[in-house]
Amino acid sequence: MRFRLEARERPSRSLVYGTPVLAVALTMACGSVLFAALGHNPLAVLHAFFIQPIDSLYGLAELTVKATPLVLCAVGLALGFRANIWNIGAEGQLTLGAIAGGGLALWAGDDAGPWLLWAMMAAGLLGGGLWAAIPAYLKTRFNANEILTSLMLTYVAILLLSYLVHGPWKDPDGYSFPQTRMFADGGMLPVLLSGTRLHLGAPIALLAALAGWFVMSRMFIGFQIKVVGLTPAAAGFAGFSVRRLTWITLLAGGAMAGLAGLFEVAGPIGQLLPSISPGYGFTAIIVAFLGRLHPLGILIAGLFIALSYLGGETVQITLGLPLAVSGVFQGMLLFFLLAADVLVRYRPRWTTTTTAGAAVAGEAD
Amino acid sequence: MKTLGLKPLMGWLGAAALALALNAGTALADPTKVGFVYVGPIGDHGWTYRHDIGRKAIEKAFGAKVKTTFVESVKEGADAERVIRKLASTGHKLIFTTSFGYMNPTVKVAKSFPDVRFEHATGYKQAGNVSTYMARFYEGRHIAGLIAGKMTKSNVIGYIGSFPIPEVVRGINAFTLALRQVNPKATVKVVWVNTWYDPGKEGAAAKALIDQGADVILQHTDSPAPVQAAQERGVWAVGQASDMTHFGPKSHLTAIVDVWDGYYVDRTRAVMDGNWKSGDTWGGLKDGMLAMAPYNPALPADVLAMAKQAEADIMSGKVHPFQGPIRDQAGKEKVPAGKSLDDGALLSMNWYVEGVQGKLPK
Amino acid sequence: METLAAVLVTVIGAATPLLFAALGELVSEKSGVLNLGVEGMMLVGAVCAFAAALTTGSPAAGILAGAAAGMLTALLFGVLTLSLLANQVASGLALTIFGVGISALIGRDFVGTPLPRLPLLEIPGLSDLPVVGRLLFGHDVLVYLSIAAVPAVIWLLDRSRTGLILRAVGENHEAAHALGHSVIVVRYLAVMFGGAMAGLGGAYLSLAHTPMWAENMTAGRGWIALALVVFATWRPGRVLLGAYLFGGVTVAQLHVQGFGVDIPSQILSMLPYLATIAVLVAISADSVRVRLNAPASLGRIFHPDS
Repeated sequence: MRFRLEARERPSRSLVYGTPVLAVALTMACGSVLFAALGHNPLAVLHAFFIQPIDSLYGLAELTVKATPLVLCAVGLALGFRANIWNIGAEGQLTLGAIAGGGLALWAGDDAGPWLLWAMMAAGLLGGGLWAAIPAYLKTRFNANEILTSLMLTYVAILLLSYLVHGPWKDPDGYSFPQTRMFADGGMLPVLLSGTRLHLGAPIALLAALAGWFVMSRMFIGFQIKVVGLTPAAAGFAGFSVRRLTWITLLAGGAMAGLAGLFEVAGPIGQLLPSISPGYGFTAIIVAFLGRLHPLGILIAGLFIALSYLGGETVQITLGLPLAVSGVFQGMLLFFLLAADVLVRYRPRWTTTTTAGAAVAGEAD
Repeated sequence: MKTLGLKPLMGWLGAAALALALNAGTALADPTKVGFVYVGPIGDHGWTYRHDIGRKAIEKAFGAKVKTTFVESVKEGADAERVIRKLASTGHKLIFTTSFGYMNPTVKVAKSFPDVRFEHATGYKQAGNVSTYMARFYEGRHIAGLIAGKMTKSNVIGYIGSFPIPEVVRGINAFTLALRQVNPKATVKVVWVNTWYDPGKEGAAAKALIDQGADVILQHTDSPAPVQAAQERGVWAVGQASDMTHFGPKSHLTAIVDVWDGYYVDRTRAVMDGNWKSGDTWGGLKDGMLAMAPYNPALPADVLAMAKQAEADIMSGKVHPFQGPIRDQAGKEKVPAGKSLDDGALLSMNWYVEGVQGKLPK
Repeated sequence: METLAAVLVTVIGAATPLLFAALGELVSEKSGVLNLGVEGMMLVGAVCAFAAALTTGSPAAGILAGAAAGMLTALLFGVLTLSLLANQVASGLALTIFGVGISALIGRDFVGTPLPRLPLLEIPGLSDLPVVGRLLFGHDVLVYLSIAAVPAVIWLLDRSRTGLILRAVGENHEAAHALGHSVIVVRYLAVMFGGAMAGLGGAYLSLAHTPMWAENMTAGRGWIALALVVFATWRPGRVLLGAYLFGGVTVAQLHVQGFGVDIPSQILSMLPYLATIAVLVAISADSVRVRLNAPASLGRIFHPDS
């Protein structure tokens, strides 16, 4: 008797939706053991983690505030990941978007017209896109691996922001503290629901996800991206330019991350600070894969991961559970979610004999 | 499994938790709830660690009459407002927000919760229910400067800065003024590490400064790594935030220790007694908001006496660390003899005094 | 000259944790597994090494515990990605989140506790030589181990039969499988080696570089280690170069600041990152060679039926 995974002929449709539920249930079971071992009531913790953060309109709005940058970054990153372009520097592109758009708001001052917000969004897209253009150029021109260049440029971007807010852009009336002036009202995203922080960025992130879905499933470029990702050789035969796709996916991913950064500073923050993102650009990588690189899956995954962060805060506040414990719990949750995915494509079997390991050519050959 | 909807399960969980909460609630007469928002993990052994010790002091002082809550590693940015609001809306009557970047979110949330008292550390915006508080750490830097001036042989002091903000610049200046008061030949080299907390980088910065001839290392960062590096290389160091003696018994001259305990207990008591008032507290040695860690037993008696005397003089008001004449790096007199810098000028300080090498990043 | 030697000793301190972690990741990647959880494994290694050294009083126990803890953390990643076929990129990031949390949990009682530094292996006579004495003969065992690991990994990958199989698995897992090699077993071993090395990198931080435990004390070094593998175009010798280049520029920019140069420190702090990019660009021009070194199956899931 031995356990093995047998490939399904086609992915199970029902399990596409079933495995996440299974994973959450397993996490709850294992989490309960963890919480009980640490002397907390498991039910109370789970309630505080998953329900309390969103038991009010305000909570739901906060969920979108937290999910918006994650979804925007992840939708953009997924385009690249599908084409085997490993941009892991969304955090830096997000920062540059915030710098470009925020810089425009500071430059425009208090009495700019209604064009300002739109111009800031354009600047955000441009800033993020240009920052991603560096890895794109270095990759296509010098063959430099984008994993390294995009990651290193993230640190450079954060230091650049630090330089600006500690130096030339600091608020002249701010007692030399590291912050810029607050943006004028014209440079702030409108709040869509009074009493909450639900801002214009949320519906735009939704639109971005829909647009991403449209591009991937209905447009030729989406088809090209998929082909390049799955069978690079075939892409060559078909005459698709890998170079062009590298540029497009990196620019699109960077621009969307830049927009996410602009939304952070023109939305909930309202000024430039040394720290504008708690690592959205990195978390978005997980979101992209949890969403199976599908824009609509990313939407759900983004909301869910956002909930897990809000849950981590809530259990600290209502139950005094240290952040370390919610970190462990969050890690477990991700492990189960990622591992349960296997059931979509494979069927667990107990077999009495081992099948000969005949090699079947994989899809990528 | 997949047919089981989540909704009924969640409803059931909710009911169970509610029942639990109700049971727990009847056991105690409403304790006063005090909340804390921390920028780092409580295990950072620096800034946040010291605030958490202050939180524990509240628990110790009032026992079952208070309940404290903290949220750690809350990044400055969009998250802060939500966390502060959540604390305010869950019955916390007093909320300490312990990082500069929480200033605007604190003020914003305070507007929607007029009955909740807010205490923001290191900022400058007050409101009817928002106080600010900070410690005059520069007083400790003054004492460190006097000691360093006596102990240095190379006349080069290494100073590890985190970020070029007024708080750090003020510390560098207070230190340098005192240093040159006892040793006019001494100069200060500053290295910025652009982080509050990265033991490896702080240690490397200390070593770099030692290699450039520094024989006393000051730090305005949180980890004990510079004290360790000094011990390893056989030079002196002054610790920060906590007493770091045990990380470098031979190198540790003293440390400028953050002591929030008294302030936190006082403000909590004020809320409990109903006489909390908004204000701006900038407490010094005499208020016990900072303290000098035990001086190294290897200090010569006269140096030790001088340090103790300086402590007493600062507490009595006889000595002000920013007493004129003070000249800037260009040699221009900023403060004439007989005058001292006022708090406004100290708050926004963004220039170096004479004796600091290098230019202040602008 | 003495000063130069001292500066170089500081560089060695900055480079050693990177060298350990990057060499381990390199072996893992050569087998075709991309583990982005280096930061998490380093943290778990650091805290377990510290805890073991403190409680047993034995530095050797600390080193072993660091390696073992890193290996166990990596094993978790292996189960996810190799047995349960989960996505490697996402699982690695999840491993880092998990590692940050669990290390903080384990380390709660150790914050603020000092530990004697890992002893330096001084050789009487030689260590006292001017300049070279300190540079060559005054380090702790982990520094020598990290340097020795470079030729060892080169030998393992290029000269040994195990290395041949490992590279075959990383290059084309279907073909390796068809030849009768157990792809999964080879990858488990490589991933665990990567974890052990990351654990040693963490142990170097908490036992030798800055003997203490504090949350998140790796401060992003795991990410740099990951980047260094790419930088090295999957060649161990270049990992050594990269780790010392990065460590060297980090220390150099601190020195430049100490000399009082009028450049904002943030700009100077960018230098290690920019230098790494610049050198990568310079050495990547020969695209054929880079592609030859890069394991072709990197990040791809292996299942015998697929």
